[in-house]
Amino acid sequence: MVLIRRFELRVNELFLRGLIPGTIHLSHGQEATAAGTCLALETNDRITITHRGHGQALAKGVTAESMMAELFGKATGCCGGRGGSLHVGDMSVGALPAIAIVGASSPIATGMALAYKRKNTGQVVANFFGDGTANKGDWHESMNLAAIWDLPVVFVCENNLWAVSTHISDTMRVEHVADRAVAYGMPGHTIDGNDPVAVYDTVATAVDRARSGGGPTLVECLTYRRGGHKRDDPATYRPTEEVDAWLADDPIERFRTTLLNGIMTHAQLKTIEEDVDAELDAAVAAAEAAPVPDPRTVEDHVYG
Amino acid sequence: MDESRNLTIVQGLREALREEMLRDESVFVMGEDIGIGGSFLFTLGFLDEFGPERVMNTPISEVGFVGMGVGAAIEGMRPVIDFQYGDFLITAADQVIQQAAKLRYMSGGQVEVPLVFQLPTGASGRGAQHSNSLETVFFGVPGLEIVTPSSPYDAKGLFKSAVRSQNPVLFCVHKHLYGSRGRNLAHRDTSTGLVPDGEDYTIPFGVADIKRAGTDVTVVANLLMLHRSLKVASGLADEGISVEVIDPRTLVPFDLDSVIASVEKTGRLVLVDEGPRKGGWSAHVAAEVAEKGLMYLDAPIERVTSLDTPMPYAPGLEEAVVPSTDDIEAAIRRII
Repeated sequence: MVLIRRFELRVNELFLRGLIPGTIHLSHGQEATAAGTCLALETNDRITITHRGHGQALAKGVTAESMMAELFGKATGCCGGRGGSLHVGDMSVGALPAIAIVGASSPIATGMALAYKRKNTGQVVANFFGDGTANKGDWHESMNLAAIWDLPVVFVCENNLWAVSTHISDTMRVEHVADRAVAYGMPGHTIDGNDPVAVYDTVATAVDRARSGGGPTLVECLTYRRGGHKRDDPATYRPTEEVDAWLADDPIERFRTTLLNGIMTHAQLKTIEEDVDAELDAAVAAAEAAPVPDPRTVEDHVYG
Repeated sequence: MDESRNLTIVQGLREALREEMLRDESVFVMGEDIGIGGSFLFTLGFLDEFGPERVMNTPISEVGFVGMGVGAAIEGMRPVIDFQYGDFLITAADQVIQQAAKLRYMSGGQVEVPLVFQLPTGASGRGAQHSNSLETVFFGVPGLEIVTPSSPYDAKGLFKSAVRSQNPVLFCVHKHLYGSRGRNLAHRDTSTGLVPDGEDYTIPFGVADIKRAGTDVTVVANLLMLHRSLKVASGLADEGISVEVIDPRTLVPFDLDSVIASVEKTGRLVLVDEGPRKGGWSAHVAAEVAEKGLMYLDAPIERVTSLDTPMPYAPGLEEAVVPSTDDIEAAIRRII
């Protein structure tokens, strides 16, 4: 969680300095959902990643170095500089390069789960998506298909209340995204997405169910993005009281308090933070020094 | 060759799919109503032979099951997705254009999407929303392969190559050429054909076939238009006009070399394409030949295409939109 937070803040700073091209969607504030979910998965389990996906990728084990290089558009990036912030991922750690079209990853995750079931591999896929996705037809079709065929997929909703500038109360008549699970005959849970232990416990139960042939589960994690939708979004559409309340409920500060209550010491936490800073320093230095992709290779990987 | 092996295209396709499913456990087929064979009987008998796990009858959820095909392909399966009408693929266009066609590229080659879409294409009296030329709609999308077979032999060999391809393939078959129930089979004399028994042959993509050799004018045509062009070529031969008819067989990749070699010989080029006039493969090939083979041309390139309208229902109106044998013949005569 500390790695995700500091990675995102570092990326923000690098972006403002003009070192990262394109656009970025930061996930700071949503660390507990990514971390709790991925901890409940084995290395050969998969995740699908959203456009706000740096944290999900890091949680699954994509290295900060390969992601930072990708954001810099360098040849050493996890996608060789062809993907960028919107498509980070590394199949070697089970992270399908991110699908940046809202809703589109849900049927793909469902199909990946079909392959695991047919080949009897015992793998599970977690499909990350946001509250905005829950109004997409792609997602509804996927929920139904995964349910009728008992596929090993866990639908993990990062409900941060806002689809860009539109509040969830303006787009759904039901109170919770998870209420929709009943329509497809699968379990649905609404949980505190800023509590990594709650996320881990709930997703682990869903993963066990999926792995044992019980079919899909919908897990809705209530969380909040600490920044705007993307870099140039000041997010002034959010009410001050709401923002203040959620920012005060910082998942990292909360978990720090939990850990300091007899589980870890200040010194141990400080070591984690120092290690993360050193890892990020090295990642940025490596990304700056890395070669850009050779334009002569630009047509590679269109066809196999 | 045994005369009983004179097949229709759908019979050739069924043989190809069956042989590929027997050869490779990772091949499966999914789609709407395929338990009873699907609209054009592509999967007739498959549920009984292969069971519901490899012949997956789906809900009416095109985005869902096309996306599932993408996901299953990423994880090592070889899905064949059958469409009742290729037109319905447009509802899942994001999964085709943004996902299947791009995932290999944007992941830097980390994943591949070997996936086949079986797509009935073209006009056949069904009105505006069941008559699209899908090969035109998706022609400009990098990352897709597009196949348009016109004979049973080609259809079988090309379909096997499609299943074995590492790329997403749109396999477009004209509705008048399946011969599903003996109905609506156009040009039976040329659209049925001999297919060898028990021979595991494939036809590579990007290799055109000269369906009729000639010396005076080159006609490039596919699908139903190929058969109309062959009929015109046969009629003109009686007048001593020698027409070479080339079937590109695959539009992506396209065998431009064969077309230019033919034009070098004939000096004249007519492109016959059922898609609308704007965009599409014939516009692309006309531009390529103009750039790379202008010195061989003795006359302007002629394009014979559908009009830029939605497809109308009334038979006389559909005939007014889609290229007829008269239209093809007139184009040839304009440059002879």
